[in-house]
Amino acid sequence: MISIVDYKAGNLTSVLRAVQHLGYQAEITSDPNILASSERIIFPGVGHAGKAMEDLNALGLGDALKDAFKRGTPILGICLGTQIIFERSEEADVECLGLLPGEVKRFPSPLIQTKAQEKEELKIPHMGWNDVAWLVSHPVLDGLSADASFYFVHSFYPEPKSAKDIAGLTLYGISFASVVAHDNLVAVQFHPEKSGSPGLALIDNFCRWRP
Amino acid sequence: MLSKRIIPCLDVRDGKTTKGIKFKDNVDIGDPVQMARFYYEQGADEIVFYDITASSDHRSIMLDVVRRTAENIFIPFSVGGGIRTVDDMRAVLLAGAEKVSVNSAAVKKPSIISDGAKIFGSQCIVLGMDVKKVEKSSKIPSGYEIVINGGRTYMGIDALWWASEAENLGAGEICLNSIDADGTKEGYELELTRIICEAVHIPVIASGGAGHPQHLVDVVTKAKADAALIASMTHYGDYTVKQIKDYLTSKGVCIRNLW
Repeated sequence: MISIVDYKAGNLTSVLRAVQHLGYQAEITSDPNILASSERIIFPGVGHAGKAMEDLNALGLGDALKDAFKRGTPILGICLGTQIIFERSEEADVECLGLLPGEVKRFPSPLIQTKAQEKEELKIPHMGWNDVAWLVSHPVLDGLSADASFYFVHSFYPEPKSAKDIAGLTLYGISFASVVAHDNLVAVQFHPEKSGSPGLALIDNFCRWRP
Repeated sequence: MLSKRIIPCLDVRDGKTTKGIKFKDNVDIGDPVQMARFYYEQGADEIVFYDITASSDHRSIMLDVVRRTAENIFIPFSVGGGIRTVDDMRAVLLAGAEKVSVNSAAVKKPSIISDGAKIFGSQCIVLGMDVKKVEKSSKIPSGYEIVINGGRTYMGIDALWWASEAENLGAGEICLNSIDADGTKEGYELELTRIICEAVHIPVIASGGAGHPQHLVDVVTKAKADAALIASMTHYGDYTVKQIKDYLTSKGVCIRNLW
């Protein structure tokens, strides 16, 4: 059974529907005991890092996620879930789970894109479809083309301390780590459940992954 | 690089899609869930449902449409029309919509934007604006006025001021509809779109007037819109989403071309 972690951070039904659409069994849970025996874990989330950490810890899910990571349970982080696996977030300057070394930063303001010598100020949040430059080959990223686009909605981005953990980069004024991979953990800043077939392919790969 | 979004809009009444020409003479053209799936497969970047059901008794029909759509398409979609309270927002978001759009309810009671943004996050809250061109005046310095009731009621509010105010209140996106251009197929209201896009820091979806792919090129380049709403140009089979996207790509616009 796949567990989708519910810590009051946004609507998780879209993740559940995508997983079920692909033919896998999954449940939304906020029970640390269930995470302890999960076959694999999807850690999504939309919202504020400070509030998310507060709710995660109050529910006892922070430790459950750390244990699952150490145990080798496959984990897929999505959006806010991806951010709070790092040590710290600039959003509310809050201490996060620290599964991977690194920080979460806000896009600099103003965020300037230079294209054909023309400067344009980019909007924050980064919202819409953008592509990913894949840096590594990885079973969860198998078959994903450099031409594929994914749906992003975020104002903060992960900055892993170790370059080895960066599996994909996205350009939005600056180049940031949009895909992170380390041992049994893959985490994406975009929403694969809202990214059409390439996003579904990534979720499908994750659901079959045996790290 | 971030792509410009092409967004088909489906007007829904009593659970069926319609397309109004200048908000009159609506005719039924099909099942909204099937149409959403059709556009999803064609490469639409997002879908907008606009519920024009008059009776609140029929709201549950729309929620059923939202639920079934969420099971069948895996791109963001939003629901607008008849959203008057935070509870209305919650119902469509829980049914599976990514975003909810408020229009006349926000004009009458702007706090619905800030309340919704606080509870669900700004990224969920779209401000829908219906706008008509008027004489510039001290009250309407931009010459663009907010209207409601399908353009029948002038609100005495400047569109440019309202867009910035909505951003300050926490709206995450603006869907900007020109009543003058809507249904004409002669192109978007470029001047209106440009001044709003330059005034706010949140994404703007241009709406009203698309009839040819060049109109979309113009609105995302000259008027700087982040996304373009389309309706009749694809609903009646004049173009496919793919044809529109190929045209935009040929003109150098960054578009999502693989789905």
